[in-house]
Amino acid sequence: MWENYAAVLPANGWNWTAVWRRNYLAWKKAALVSILGNLADPMIYLFGLGTGLGLMVGRVEGMSYIAFLATGMVAASAMTASTFETIYAAFARMRDQRSWEAILYTKMTLGDIVLGEVVWAATKALLAGTAIAMVAAILGYAVWSSILYVVPVIALTGIAFASLAMIVAALAPSYDYFIFYQTLILTPMLFLSGAVYPVTQLPGNVQQMATFLPLAHSIDLIRPAMFGRPAADVMFHLAILFIFGVLPFFVSTALLRRRLMS
Amino acid sequence: MTAIAISLIDVTKTYLDRTVVDRFSFAVKEGECFGLLGPNGAGKSTIARMVVGMTPPDAGKITVLGAPVPAQARLARASIGVVPQFDDLDQAFTVRENLLVFGRYFNMSTRQIEAVIPSLLEFARLESKADARVAGLSGGMKRRLMLARALINDPQLLILDEPTTGLDPHARHLIWERLRSLLARGKTILLTTHFMEEAERLCDRLCVLEEGQKIAEGRPQGLIDEQIGCQVIEINGGNPHELRALIKTCAQRIEVSGETLFCYSSAPEQVRIQLRERTDLRLLQRPPNLEDVFLRLTGREMKD
Repeated sequence: MWENYAAVLPANGWNWTAVWRRNYLAWKKAALVSILGNLADPMIYLFGLGTGLGLMVGRVEGMSYIAFLATGMVAASAMTASTFETIYAAFARMRDQRSWEAILYTKMTLGDIVLGEVVWAATKALLAGTAIAMVAAILGYAVWSSILYVVPVIALTGIAFASLAMIVAALAPSYDYFIFYQTLILTPMLFLSGAVYPVTQLPGNVQQMATFLPLAHSIDLIRPAMFGRPAADVMFHLAILFIFGVLPFFVSTALLRRRLMS
Repeated sequence: MTAIAISLIDVTKTYLDRTVVDRFSFAVKEGECFGLLGPNGAGKSTIARMVVGMTPPDAGKITVLGAPVPAQARLARASIGVVPQFDDLDQAFTVRENLLVFGRYFNMSTRQIEAVIPSLLEFARLESKADARVAGLSGGMKRRLMLARALINDPQLLILDEPTTGLDPHARHLIWERLRSLLARGKTILLTTHFMEEAERLCDRLCVLEEGQKIAEGRPQGLIDEQIGCQVIEINGGNPHELRALIKTCAQRIEVSGETLFCYSSAPEQVRIQLRERTDLRLLQRPPNLEDVFLRLTGREMKD
């Protein structure tokens, strides 16, 4: 049993790049459309809510509301971009296009494929999150130099959410099931993690739930950095995000093995 | 002594409570074309999947190119090319890009892949389609591209799951011709098919399967001679049971399948004489083939 599981784990440290490069080649053909699509949604939220609500809300944690919201949107867009890439695009490659099966007939293992897909989804998260961070910096809502600190956190956020979404993709019989994950997990997480208002607005016991949410840890790292303030508990937040990246990866690989290779 | 490319010993595979492959054994020698012949659902594809390590067997021993499978399937797969039954080409890409992307899954560098692409395109007769989108190719072209893709790592062993199912006769003949050229180059082929003609034309040896069990094994012509060994007259029209009584004295064996009566006889002219009054019948006399072998062994036709 364990011997068979070991056989599907990544074969080495570089096989996954072949899978990543396949996705990059496909993405390159429609890069502009893809970037605009990924950016449009968070930008609309940012300016729609930021300017409209901002007038009523005034300042939050010493910043204008739109600047506060921008930091939340950086993390939230990374979450959305990597989740959607996994549950729609990677799921289609796995199930409808049978691409994974074709790859499994080569020197790649299932773990190589999952890792390649997770890193690819994180790459798209990186593009989406970094673009918003740059727009925020251009508009003066964030410190330019903060982008250096923010980029690795966005990437880690992307890995964590791709890894989690991979479990959902491994279990879902069809696309219909993904809506549950979006509405019951991701949307509540957006509100419980302090993306659109400070967590301190919530009742105490609800606030404690945020401790278990990867998005909350991502925001706790990104927000102070973009404001040019020192962040607290950096290693703790990084460790939580790291665990969310690693554990679901192994779980999803085991689930996918059962699904594809039984 | 010729080396053994694939060996299965007492392999069993069960899904839930259904035994798909039942204590199955066979050995494929290097350089030969070995066929797994049987109707849909006989377990052919499951065996092909087990050989490449995609599905672990519940019992039994599998060795492919010297490596134990599935434990070291990855090692074996480095020298295997697989053509699956269903089109799994990358629709986002052109013909050339499909080959490029696939070569990377064998750890080949872009330069190495680009060096072999021209010969693969030539082999697949797709030189003029190199930069065409896969979505626009005909069924036969797609299958030839899948064959070229399976050759990218210059494999010793090819595993083909129903390579010509769904193709028109012209496209099918072109695939057969290409496969023969691979055999001439010394490649080993494991082929699953439910086409008698395909098995007879290509296979050096074959196994006939039904419901996960081997019911016959041997050279196609050897099996035909051994199991049938005489001429066949197919009779259509009329009441098969009434006809049976009429001709049974001059036939070795008579089988009825659907509306057709198969009469196996060393004296076919006698059968014709018996039936000369019956203008309502259509008679077709032909040499025996693997279809007759399957009918004899299972009591039914293989046609899906």
